[in-house]
Amino acid sequence: MKPTETETTTVRILYFARLRETLGKSDEELVLPDGVATIGALADFLRQRGGAWASELGTGKAVRVAVNQDMASPDTVIKGGEEIAFFPPVTGG
Amino acid sequence: MPVRVQTEDFDVGAEIARLREANPKVGAVASFVGIVRDVNDGDAVATLTLEHYPGMTEKSLEDIVAQAKQRWDIYDALVVHRVGTLQPLDQIVLVVVTSAHRGESFAACEFLMDYLKTRAPFWKKEVTPQGSRWVEARASDDTAADRWS
Repeated sequence: MKPTETETTTVRILYFARLRETLGKSDEELVLPDGVATIGALADFLRQRGGAWASELGTGKAVRVAVNQDMASPDTVIKGGEEIAFFPPVTGG
Repeated sequence: MPVRVQTEDFDVGAEIARLREANPKVGAVASFVGIVRDVNDGDAVATLTLEHYPGMTEKSLEDIVAQAKQRWDIYDALVVHRVGTLQPLDQIVLVVVTSAHRGESFAACEFLMDYLKTRAPFWKKEVTPQGSRWVEARASDDTAADRWS
């Protein structure tokens, strides 16, 4: 059987606004590590990078997250193939 | 298109006329225009730059408009939001709603703005004499949005 797109374990992660500036990264492709199956687990994994990653994505910091362009939460399940975005609370209008 | 994200300015009168589309059932039009001020939090603002999340911006605005249409008996709604670098006096955002009677238009228009302020992925960066800073979200905006739950 040929592998299909839905079988990828890679996610595309986008960072916006002040978070992008502080982390120094606008986007990346990441292979989901074993055991990372939720947004919360992904945030834990990213915090391991230390420095700004640990402080900006830490608990108590107001960071919002979207999965495939819908607002999500730490419990949101991810399996691979998603577009994930981390950003500060929005300030449009 | 019920929603537009663009750098160009918009003409409020023209947008209202287009939304009304010579529909003789429209008895009420409510609208809101958001404008760049020259001061925020006590500091002078020279320019305001609006960043957004292409794709999700349009999607979230369309979703908010769909919610408004479900909740109120309105004929149509329009949201136009600018992005890029703006100056004081520039228009930022337009919301227009049409209905038979004023109650629905007023309510839906306020709802659309309250939800846009807390759910649409835009971020503002101000340039002041002290340098650039990102605008912080306001608790009052969350409180305003919560009223509609």
